Amino acid sequence: MNLFIETTMFLLLIASAIAAIELRDLLAAVVVTSVFSFVLATLFVAFGAVDVGFTEAVVGAGVVGVYYIAMLLHTEGRADD
Amino acid sequence: MITHSNISPILRFACRSAARIIQVFGVYVIVHGHYSPGGGFQGGALLAAAVFLLRIGEGREHSQRDMPSRVTLLLGSIGVLVYGAVGLLTIATGGRFLDYDAVPLPGLSLDDRHYWAILVIELAVGLAVMAILVGIFDRLLQRFHHD
Repeated sequence: MNLFIETTMFLLLIASAIAAIELRDLLAAVVVTSVFSFVLATLFVAFGAVDVGFTEAVVGAGVVGVYYIAMLLHTEGRADD
Repeated sequence: MITHSNISPILRFACRSAARIIQVFGVYVIVHGHYSPGGGFQGGALLAAAVFLLRIGEGREHSQRDMPSRVTLLLGSIGVLVYGAVGLLTIATGGRFLDYDAVPLPGLSLDDRHYWAILVIELAVGLAVMAILVGIFDRLLQRFHHD
């Protein structure tokens, strides 16, 4: 059961990482990056690194997401390539 | 431009309530950092997240009384200075940098000296992290408020 949950989380992690790279809408990419951080934090906690997971949840999913959205206001919001 | 009057009162209430809860949790994480995961950095980031929520939810002007933009650098500097002062104080009393055994608190046992010194360090780190993160956020959005 544990292995199943961890495998699912890893697949979700890889899927969100690929989605964050491939998405052309930058706001959606930022949201998917936050999802990536949150899944990673859950995995850290599952592996026993509670302190690292806590930091990842607060900084990666919270603060950095807000910064990216603030920076998006300086851009056109879409990737050209 | 979003002004105070066209923000929904439900949104304002939700943001304010959630921000207060996050702030209480942030202070808990800082002062409980000895015993549980967390500490100055994580608690400070949580306090900064609460201020971000207020900045986003009710606008820059109306969240100034919770955390004025002009004091962020000052508060961050105070946090760094307190951290450095405690470290240098332990050097001055014969220990190494941040050597808690050498903290000059007379009449306290070794454990109590560690406890109080680490608490001061954690509070300083939390203050510095919160103020600097809010300062970076305000700086990122500064251009849109001066145009």
